[in-house]
Amino acid sequence: MTIRFRLNGEPIEAEGVDPHVPLLHFLRDRGLTGTKEGCAEGECGACAVVVVRRGPDGKTRFSPINSCLVLTPAVHGQELWTVEGLADAPDALHPVQAAMVEKGGSQCGYCTPGFVMSLFAEYYRPGRAPGEVDPEAISGNLCRCTGYRPIRDVLVELGAPRKDRHAERLGAPAPAPEPAAHEAGGVAFRRPTTLAALFEALAELPEAKLVAGGTDVVVEINQRDARFDALIALDAVEELRFHEETDDAITLGAGVPLAEVEEALHGRVPVLDELWPLFSSRLIRNRATLGGNLVNASPIGDSPPALLSLDAEVVLVSAKGERSLPLADFFTGYRQTALAPGEILKAVRIPKPLPSIGRFYKVSKRVLDDISTVAAGFGLWLADGVVTKARLGYGGVAATPVRATAAEQALEGKPWNAATVAQALPLLEGAFTPLTDHRGSAAYRRAMVPKLLEKLLADTTTPAEAAE
Amino acid sequence: MTRSSRPMIPPKKKHVGRAISHESAREHVTGGALYTDDITPRMANVLHAWPVQAMEAHARVRSVDASAALEMPGVATVLTGEDVPGVGDVGAARQDEPLFPDEVVFHGQPVAWVLAESEPEARRAAAAVKVELEPLEAILTVEDAIAKESFHTKELRIVRLEEEHGAIEDALKASPRRLRGEVHVGGQEHFYLESQAALVYLDESGQVMVHSSTQHPTETQLIVARVLGLDSHAVTCQSLRMGGAFGGKEVQANAWASVAALGAWKTGRPVRVRLDRQRDMTLTGKRHPFLGRFEVGFDDEGHLLALDVELFSDGGWSLDLSKPVLFRAMFHVDNGYLLRNARVRGRVCKTHKVSQTAFRGFGGPQGMVVIEDALDRIARATGLPPEVVRARNLYREGDVAHYGQPIKDAGRLGEIWETLAESSELARRREEIAAFNAAHPHTKRGLAITPVKFGISFTTAFFNQAGALVLLYADGSVQLNHGGTEMGQGLHTKMLQVAADALGVDLETIRMMPTRTDKVPNTSATAASSGSDLNGQAVRDACMAIRERLMVVAGTLFGCAPEDIVFEDGEVFPAGRRDEAKSFGAIAKQAYLQRVPLFAAGYYRTPNIHYDEDAGVGKPFHYYAYGAAVTEVEVDGFTGQYGFRRVDILHDCGDSLSPLVDLGQVEGGFVQGLGWLTREELVWDPESGRLATNGASTYKLPSLGECPADFRVALLPKAREEGVIHGSKAVGEPPFMLALSAREALRDAVAAFADAPPLVELACPSTPEAVFWAVEAVKASAQDAAAAEE
Repeated sequence: MTIRFRLNGEPIEAEGVDPHVPLLHFLRDRGLTGTKEGCAEGECGACAVVVVRRGPDGKTRFSPINSCLVLTPAVHGQELWTVEGLADAPDALHPVQAAMVEKGGSQCGYCTPGFVMSLFAEYYRPGRAPGEVDPEAISGNLCRCTGYRPIRDVLVELGAPRKDRHAERLGAPAPAPEPAAHEAGGVAFRRPTTLAALFEALAELPEAKLVAGGTDVVVEINQRDARFDALIALDAVEELRFHEETDDAITLGAGVPLAEVEEALHGRVPVLDELWPLFSSRLIRNRATLGGNLVNASPIGDSPPALLSLDAEVVLVSAKGERSLPLADFFTGYRQTALAPGEILKAVRIPKPLPSIGRFYKVSKRVLDDISTVAAGFGLWLADGVVTKARLGYGGVAATPVRATAAEQALEGKPWNAATVAQALPLLEGAFTPLTDHRGSAAYRRAMVPKLLEKLLADTTTPAEAAE
Repeated sequence: MTRSSRPMIPPKKKHVGRAISHESAREHVTGGALYTDDITPRMANVLHAWPVQAMEAHARVRSVDASAALEMPGVATVLTGEDVPGVGDVGAARQDEPLFPDEVVFHGQPVAWVLAESEPEARRAAAAVKVELEPLEAILTVEDAIAKESFHTKELRIVRLEEEHGAIEDALKASPRRLRGEVHVGGQEHFYLESQAALVYLDESGQVMVHSSTQHPTETQLIVARVLGLDSHAVTCQSLRMGGAFGGKEVQANAWASVAALGAWKTGRPVRVRLDRQRDMTLTGKRHPFLGRFEVGFDDEGHLLALDVELFSDGGWSLDLSKPVLFRAMFHVDNGYLLRNARVRGRVCKTHKVSQTAFRGFGGPQGMVVIEDALDRIARATGLPPEVVRARNLYREGDVAHYGQPIKDAGRLGEIWETLAESSELARRREEIAAFNAAHPHTKRGLAITPVKFGISFTTAFFNQAGALVLLYADGSVQLNHGGTEMGQGLHTKMLQVAADALGVDLETIRMMPTRTDKVPNTSATAASSGSDLNGQAVRDACMAIRERLMVVAGTLFGCAPEDIVFEDGEVFPAGRRDEAKSFGAIAKQAYLQRVPLFAAGYYRTPNIHYDEDAGVGKPFHYYAYGAAVTEVEVDGFTGQYGFRRVDILHDCGDSLSPLVDLGQVEGGFVQGLGWLTREELVWDPESGRLATNGASTYKLPSLGECPADFRVALLPKAREEGVIHGSKAVGEPPFMLALSAREALRDAVAAFADAPPLVELACPSTPEAVFWAVEAVKASAQDAAAAEE
């Protein structure tokens, strides 16, 4: 199959592209070398490009993503912009480009195209209020030269978007996800758009590697030379791309990019509002999905502790039907889940009522765009100051994300105060046996388990309340 | 063309000193700026190289079997030692870096290279090469190297004693109080965003054309020639621009250019070596980790009376630049403080790790961590505020460094200190912070001010020279060549400003040419912050030579003395007769017609610098750059996590050549230093010697979140430095060390978790985990003290 997409307004056709080739290399091989490789694992943002996409509000938007983590056939039918396509003419820079020049936003210039793409997308972001400054817009771009101040100034001083060809583009619908079936170099690539087509593809290619956002799988390809005979992309499956709220629950489709979940739920689930800014970067969240983060079953994934604190369930689906189980039971071992062959994660269900107190803590070397050393999600349901239900989810302290059930029970039925916490702390000390690695020592991780509960108490009560 | 005895009308400063954007900024933001590896897709028939890595820290290579790899699709050849026509060694300081080693000396060392039609094919084939190794015992820590006496150098030593003392021990004994300390200082990965890259081909004349992301094209040329067994004239090296370097491409670009050259020599095709991030991090050297052990003598007023310090650097497997790095650490163990009596000893340890190399500050930062650590201990021991102890020990006018060099303009340090203390409202904020800390049991704020004094010049004297070549065409347009390389520091921008003023033309009249060894030979690395100092003088020298020739031509044309000719805004006219002005191009044309040469070479060498290694005495530096910073932090006692609330900096770059560029160097240097001291932690697996932090996801350089929320940076006004290009000062490295204030502020915040703790031990880098343990330690010591009182 020919891979077709629009690039900087022009149609592109490509034959015989090995599905493992990341979009970044495809672009560079074609001479579009403005897009840079800095890390090949979605940390530095030097490879950022913009994809034209329909947002959760139904409006067309520019969505910046890391091109190093996108498989080339996955852009079939889409519309992309790279740094080469922004200026109207060589002497007519786009406003974000002009601002970067004027403020000294580039030194060596290597990270600059990525920043420009992130700033470009932010410049046109629907709903961006004049004067609104969202550091998340550039949190996924690393710069080694400037120390960020001039680039932050560009962000701070983004004016109202001008009416130009890019703004005009946003007035028309984004391309709908298209199915794709592609073979090259002995590798099959499928991109179904319906669950039925997905199960057909799974039947045809039972050993295929499933790729949602690709932000983990493509790291495996780039960093550890992973090769697959077949790849099935989940990002266009309609039935996985939804969210709904009823009186009983909030249900999130497994295939919705995290950035869209974040936007759709904004202000409704406090623990998730705390989670998102600490969850990788927006460049990643524009591609990565909740389903991918859970199925990956990493002990240091960011969403599991938060979802455990919400007492979430997962909905699994196969050609034979659906089933649900508590998230805590979904993780069966180090990077292992309860998914049966042929079964996929369809949705995450967050039951109501939501906890009265919900907090997410992430301990990491760096605040933004880092992987956790230890993470904790805490959910407390209170009635008249008494804990009726507690959910304490931890990451980074065991082979899987875990609940601290003994400590939960010690809190339940008691007032939320220092005395209660003091009873729970011994149950947290030594509750888990974490490892030492480059992110932190086992001793530090062990210490964090009770410390974070103490922090929760300090953050949610006044000293007088805590003493009551 | 005789030089006149009467002074000419001096060129006006029109461009120098003006805040302008980086000369390539428009290309940066449009993606039009090309880097070495961007040339690859623009060239046909390129082969891609990938290393075959030996996964042991120390081992004998029994065999390398590439037979299976050679059968794989796309594979052209596998490079081994047998392919080397010249010397198979890329060591720059001495020949101790075999390209194809018999003995593996660091984890992941390449033992062969696969060349293939594509990078994925080369990668897959490299994995199929069978390497048989016989593991040997590896030395992976400085302590182990000391115990096993594994060193690259003899002991280096600087001793300075007041007359009444015969030895440092006497000076220590004579001090009212003494204490000992030990500090481990972590290394740092350069993490230039553009990883190492080279592209080499044989050009149409049979010459070896080397495109390399190198800070030192001359040395890259030399080493490629040595590997191929050629004279230098058969190799041209071009460094178009670098996507960051920071010292990491000073000598460490040579190996990759050599591999590409060898491949091109063997196959006749262009060969590209580009290290991906993981290869770059596991194959290339970093900032040296250091171990500092010291004993310090002082009095109750916090005066530093004697310092005995031993510095051990972890040099890794080869000598590289480790010796001058260690020297600079020893020179800068005073930072900005007078060492009345000092013995400074240093040793480069040889370990089975990557070869540590130059990195912004070049050992200076590591030396300074030690003295700042010692001063904080003195402050805690005497109960004096750390800023009082620091201020009391600052260099004053007339002071002399421990290596015998008078500290020129030492008074500027105190002036900067006082100005900054006032502008940053240090005293008021001290009170505010005390109040905040009293009200917040779990969150503490800390504040610190630290100085920087940094010596400018290569400490290897002969490197302090530079050349330029300026070509004026008969239409008045100019090509500017100089020996310096552009890595983002804005050197080219400054050189354009210098040249434009010297010729009295607009910046657009001058085209900056890529740095090439066939334009300016025998250049020094663009390093030691010296790029503008050295090349600026050479560029000016060349431009002035042309200007003087044009003066004669114009003088004849206008019927006035050559000395009265003015060059301004692209016009040439006799003083006071601007209405008669001719264009610069018209004068160039006239000069050409009169058979006046319109090209000139410029040259500069720094005067009066010398150092006697054995005596430990000399004047290694042309001058010093100064600065100071105040940093405020907030620490969460539950986790040790912290943030930077406010940073105030006052830095001395002389009369800035290019204020926007210099501001960028100060801010960027500070944040990079902040990364080194706080989040950036290199972790080597203690068993295998493998670098565990080998990518952006495991090694955390500062992100936007580390940029101080409130960041106030000022350049010292009216700071003209005589004898340096346009009164400026070097700015590349010095601001890096302003970040020491952040580490000391963290220590201050940690101290606030207990009531006047006698000591705050804080690991370096001060990661959140390190801060957490430091907080736990001061809390425990406070409890012990309370228990003892009861």
